[in-house]
Amino acid sequence: MSTTETNGAGQSSVASQVASTNGAKASSAKKGSPVGKAANWADERLGLAGAAKKNLRKVFPDHWSFMLGEIALWSFVVLLITGVFLTLWYRPSMAEVTYTGAYEPMRGLHVSEAFASTVDLSFDVRGGLLMRQMHHWAAMLFIAAMLVHMMRVYFTGAYRKPRELNWVIGVLLLVMGTLEGFTGYSLPDDMLSGTGIRAADGFVKSIPVIGTYASFFLFDGEFPGSAVISRLYTVHVLLLPGLILGLIAAHMLLLVYHKHTQWPGPGRTEQNVVGYPMLPVYAAKAGGFFFIVFGVTALLGGLFTLNPIWAYGPYDPSKVTAGSQPDWYMGWPDGALRIFPGPPLEYSFFGVTLSLNVFIPIILLPTIAILILLALPFVEAWITKDKREHHLLERPRDAPGRTATMVALMTFYGLMWMAGGNDIIAITFDLSINQITYFLRVAVIVGPILAFIITRRWCISLQRKDKEDLLHGYETGIIMRSAQGGFSERHEPLPVGKAYAIAQRDPDRPVELERATDENGVPSPTTRSARLRHRLSAYLHGGGVDTPTRAELEKAHAHAAHEHELEGSGDDRALTARGENTPH
Amino acid sequence: MTLEQERSSSRVPQVPIEDPGLGEHTWRPTDVAEAKERRAERQVAALFVVSMVCTVVFVVAYFAIDIGDNWTTFAGLGASTLVLGLSLAGALLCIGVGIIHWARKLMADKEIVEMRHPAASSDDDREATLKALDDGLQESGIARRPLIRNTLIGAVGLLGIPAVVGLRDLGPLPGDKLFSTIWEEGMLLARDVVGTPIRPSDMEIGDLINGQPIALFETDEEGEPLYEGEDLLVNKAKASIVVVRMDPSDNTPAPGRENWAVDGILCYSKICTHVGCPINLYARKTHHLLCPCHQSTFDLSDGARVVFGPAARPLPQLPLAVNEDGYLVAQSDFTEPVGPSFWERG
Repeated sequence: MSTTETNGAGQSSVASQVASTNGAKASSAKKGSPVGKAANWADERLGLAGAAKKNLRKVFPDHWSFMLGEIALWSFVVLLITGVFLTLWYRPSMAEVTYTGAYEPMRGLHVSEAFASTVDLSFDVRGGLLMRQMHHWAAMLFIAAMLVHMMRVYFTGAYRKPRELNWVIGVLLLVMGTLEGFTGYSLPDDMLSGTGIRAADGFVKSIPVIGTYASFFLFDGEFPGSAVISRLYTVHVLLLPGLILGLIAAHMLLLVYHKHTQWPGPGRTEQNVVGYPMLPVYAAKAGGFFFIVFGVTALLGGLFTLNPIWAYGPYDPSKVTAGSQPDWYMGWPDGALRIFPGPPLEYSFFGVTLSLNVFIPIILLPTIAILILLALPFVEAWITKDKREHHLLERPRDAPGRTATMVALMTFYGLMWMAGGNDIIAITFDLSINQITYFLRVAVIVGPILAFIITRRWCISLQRKDKEDLLHGYETGIIMRSAQGGFSERHEPLPVGKAYAIAQRDPDRPVELERATDENGVPSPTTRSARLRHRLSAYLHGGGVDTPTRAELEKAHAHAAHEHELEGSGDDRALTARGENTPH
Repeated sequence: MTLEQERSSSRVPQVPIEDPGLGEHTWRPTDVAEAKERRAERQVAALFVVSMVCTVVFVVAYFAIDIGDNWTTFAGLGASTLVLGLSLAGALLCIGVGIIHWARKLMADKEIVEMRHPAASSDDDREATLKALDDGLQESGIARRPLIRNTLIGAVGLLGIPAVVGLRDLGPLPGDKLFSTIWEEGMLLARDVVGTPIRPSDMEIGDLINGQPIALFETDEEGEPLYEGEDLLVNKAKASIVVVRMDPSDNTPAPGRENWAVDGILCYSKICTHVGCPINLYARKTHHLLCPCHQSTFDLSDGARVVFGPAARPLPQLPLAVNEDGYLVAQSDFTEPVGPSFWERG
């Protein structure tokens, strides 16, 4: 549209069109050029040209939501960079030392070496506090980005075949990232994190049969012992980052192998991928985005104090601060711990004690949550019996059962997270903490069910709206007055690209109950699993609205054209919706 | 079903609207107007220059601003941290924004199309792979020699045991360590931090004192503390107490605990029976003690019964007496394990 006569000649070749400055100055990779020579040298040793030829210009589709996973990736790189800086000064030891550093209010205190070295990092190492805060901010960003990325992948159906295994890797990354966060914020050995470890000791002790043994092995004796910080350090800087790196590599490799999913639209099919080439556009955008993520964490680290351990003080097992709160991503199991009723859930029998009031919310519930996440793609594939590959994304509304499932899970998470801040909510809004807790005990069960029902209905009404728009066009806001004096709103057909994107979706229908017959024509009894599938499928995939058929569309459009004709024949005029000329 | 059949049986959705195909490419102003192109080029370069300036500011600030004692210079932030953070952010953001601006304005923005391939290999490749696998298995004879196969599985499986046994020395066995604390008959109650003993007359009705056994503050003949470092922390984590005084008529002692209080002075473990946080929020009118971690609430006038929250057991009570010097002492150790529940506690 903005194509002007000046570019008429360049239409055929992009290179001749784009950025003449590139042509004048850019380095070239032709034979004999320095880049060409270097590539040649490398290929004679590595033989990468075969793989590179396909991948250098690999196509990546563009959409803002595809950037969420990238935030997670880059914040992990920031974590590695800032983390290495921190290890140069941090000492993972619980040995008692006398603090003698620059922070006056603490001089002369007996603290652990881990705590002293963290305070030193904050007040004696230039840039140390910045790096500490960047590291912590990047960790929060890492986990937040993974969660939001996961929701994007789920809501758009991007985890369907062939990407189920990449979903599994993603869930594992989320689990490890969370553990990495917990081990990391425990390392300074300050009052707040020490309270967290103290609680973790209680969690471990609640495990039936082996609880006390696990606790004594973890702490090398009774809590707090003198070993836990150095052990958490090894887990934090070696074991988990190694696993995370490996999983990220696998995640990326599978992404490249499967090629990225794309939104439906003109020219976009299940068989192709439309977008920008890796080199140069995608590489530049992704590379530039790394600097932006890095820069944003630097901004956060420089401007917003996080985890001021010098204000909390060193860990002392006889002290605690009011409003003790873990990092946000540990909030939901902590909330579960808070609202689980105590007395009816602890049993003593045969001389042993079973602490279900601790074990269920903090050990069992997170485990179940992880298992549910891992199972989601496989359960959906089992219910739908869908064996096809999917590369076109679905809009959340086009899969109401799926969308409602995740919204129910999110509601559960959100309410549990609220419960994790019940004391803060009580103080901020001047409410009774008891009533908040009683409310949440009911809400965590009722809320997800309500959320499921509402979301499913909401999706289906959005489908209706889509169908309406396809059949009768969108509302223009222009009010028409007919010759008879009646008013109507003018509808215009959707732009063809948009109409195509909406109309091409898969029908969301329940699977039929199989009634196989044997060779004598006698219907074989349905299996229990087939009946379960049928019931689930009827609820999750029933009730939706199909896209109008071609015949319906043609009929509706013909009807609309007829009406326009009628309107056009009278001496009516278009009035704006503002109605300045509306006659009485 | 072969792969090909499976693919061909895939449902192709009936699309009621014809795919209009990729639209005509829209050229950007920077593609068609040289002035705009030059301007974008200058913008990108300017961003990179600003980044360099920020980096110089970072280096100057690193050496120029003293970090030692200025941690509240600006709005609670140290000047050094603030300037280093802002300059680093500026340097990084300018590079990032510059590169993306370059990509958006000057690099080709024509979308290109690439064909996908099924994730699975071709039927031929699959067959060849299965054959190679089968050949390998045949030649190894692993199926025909169950003796070798089973003993190998046994040998490798057994190696799991050293992997677990090797972790045995992570810590000592619990034994009965969790069942006792250093409290004993006649041990003086001491105020937390200062370590001074407590007389009943030091406390008014409604008071709460955080306390420790006096042993944690004592020294041996050579002036060395009896407990320090790890020992101190381990014992503190179990033996910490709260001492409260209430009107004796408010207190309802449990059967058998009638003589555990001294003039309405009661002593309970400070360690929450839920997951072990020290408890410290006391409402003196209701005698409720609230744990700040998960809000378990205990009624100290009723044997520290749980009145709210996730804890299941009352706080253990320490029986009190007064020694001949008139100070509060323990009658014995706690009569049950303190802190979070565990399997063996019974």
